Amino acid sequence: MLILLGVAVVVVGFAARFNPLLVVVAAALATGLAAGLAPLDVLAAFGKAFNENRYVSVALLVLPMVGVVERAGLQERARALMLRFKGVSVGPLLIAYMAFRQITSALGLTSIAGQTQSIRPIIAPMAEATVETHVGAVPDATRYRVRAFAAATDNIGYFFGEDVFVAIGSILLMVGFLASSGITIDPIHLSIWAIPSALAAFAIHSVRLLLFDRRLRREAQIREA
Amino acid sequence: MIKLGVVYVLAGLMFAAFAILSATDRNNSKRFGNAAFWGLVAVSFLAGDRLGDLGNGFLVVGLAAIAGFGLLGRGQPETTSTEERRELSQRFGEKLFIPALTLPLVVIFGVLVLKPLQIGGVALLDPKQATLISLALAAVIAVAVAIILLRQPLISPLQEGRRLMDTVGWAALLPQMLAALGAVFALAGVGQVVGDLVTTWIPMDTRLAAVAVYCIGMAGFTMIMGNAFAAFPVLTAGVGLPVLIHHFGGSPAVVCAIGMLSGFCGTLMTPLAANFNLVPPALLELPDRYSVIKAQIPTAIPLLIANMVLMYVLAFR
Repeated sequence: MLILLGVAVVVVGFAARFNPLLVVVAAALATGLAAGLAPLDVLAAFGKAFNENRYVSVALLVLPMVGVVERAGLQERARALMLRFKGVSVGPLLIAYMAFRQITSALGLTSIAGQTQSIRPIIAPMAEATVETHVGAVPDATRYRVRAFAAATDNIGYFFGEDVFVAIGSILLMVGFLASSGITIDPIHLSIWAIPSALAAFAIHSVRLLLFDRRLRREAQIREA
Repeated sequence: MIKLGVVYVLAGLMFAAFAILSATDRNNSKRFGNAAFWGLVAVSFLAGDRLGDLGNGFLVVGLAAIAGFGLLGRGQPETTSTEERRELSQRFGEKLFIPALTLPLVVIFGVLVLKPLQIGGVALLDPKQATLISLALAAVIAVAVAIILLRQPLISPLQEGRRLMDTVGWAALLPQMLAALGAVFALAGVGQVVGDLVTTWIPMDTRLAAVAVYCIGMAGFTMIMGNAFAAFPVLTAGVGLPVLIHHFGGSPAVVCAIGMLSGFCGTLMTPLAANFNLVPPALLELPDRYSVIKAQIPTAIPLLIANMVLMYVLAFR
């Protein structure tokens, strides 16, 4: 039971909004010590795992490209583009992006879009611009909510699309786990049974985006009144 | 064969440049904090394999200390003003989208064309890492396209990259740190303890209860571990296999597929899935660190319920 101390450190640390890097190091130390390891051994285990997981941070390599196109006005262009498509409001715009993200992820193309290369420079500015054309100037709090929704839509499309692709990590993990438990399964069946949940995710989040769209209009009417 | 090591060298050089440029940025009162932080990341990428486990451990503590004691500021490289950007955007027009589109196209090219390519019987790219290598290649090509097409200064990728890097700040390293924490959790057997707790204390004598325990357990456990992959083996060994598949005769494919996706509902709700939930708010300059999670919870909960219904209906036909 003492082993769960690290989990408690994470929960309390994140809830109290301490710096997450410190919280994580503290949680690792607490867990290792509770498991009876010497402090330096815990630190070594943590350092080793950090080094082995460097690939997680490789995606940061796209930042220079994003920065250069922003310097040349990409965000402003993405906004201007939406002014030409006046008929499209924020709900349908993000639903269309989610469909794109989900379908490409289902085809295995998970790294062609994402928070850094699509949401920040293109999709979030587009979403803000449509809100401005449809409901007029909005307070900062609303602008932030629009951006948060854009980021959330990318995550949801990605998560609930990728498992439809046969050769993705999570499918291979399941196949391997079942094999070690004596159950042989064709990965394609796992992919197929991911489809109902994928459709449910699309439907539920679409409804939420449409409701969000409507709420923004209602708030604007209240502001005008 | 091109392996991930090449990509690490590239990343290391990028962070080294960020560190040097940070140190010379007099507009940032905490410039040496930034230089030290990105410098340590550069060391990790360039020499991580030669530091030894303990050396890497101290490196991580150094990163956490710099971030935790507020020594990280925000650099202000010279960049274009909003006005200039508006003018540039009119001048360049749709050309501005080309570098951003180059990125996915090169990734696709890498995965579909370069990955299967063999030279003298040896694969050109390490097949296990082909996507990441392609992404790195795409990042370099897209930067080149951007500089040439949009006539930007040669230093701009590094200065603009540093600007964005400082915008994200310490959050950029959090995903990697959490992955390492997951490894420590695994070493200490945290998963086993939680799995035992669930199976010992929660009754699962009906099919509905078992489905609910497995799906909610996957979501909840994913929230604690930050990763559905860590939750899956524990919950499936504890509940999925013995109860749902063996006792109630559920289809393994349906139980596992929907179980994993129930875990993904948990991923939407936890700050521990930092690259999805905490890095984007930093990237989008949102004041509330948890704003993306807050936007996701009302989708995640109904979706979790939908998954339970789907498993209940589809797994036991």
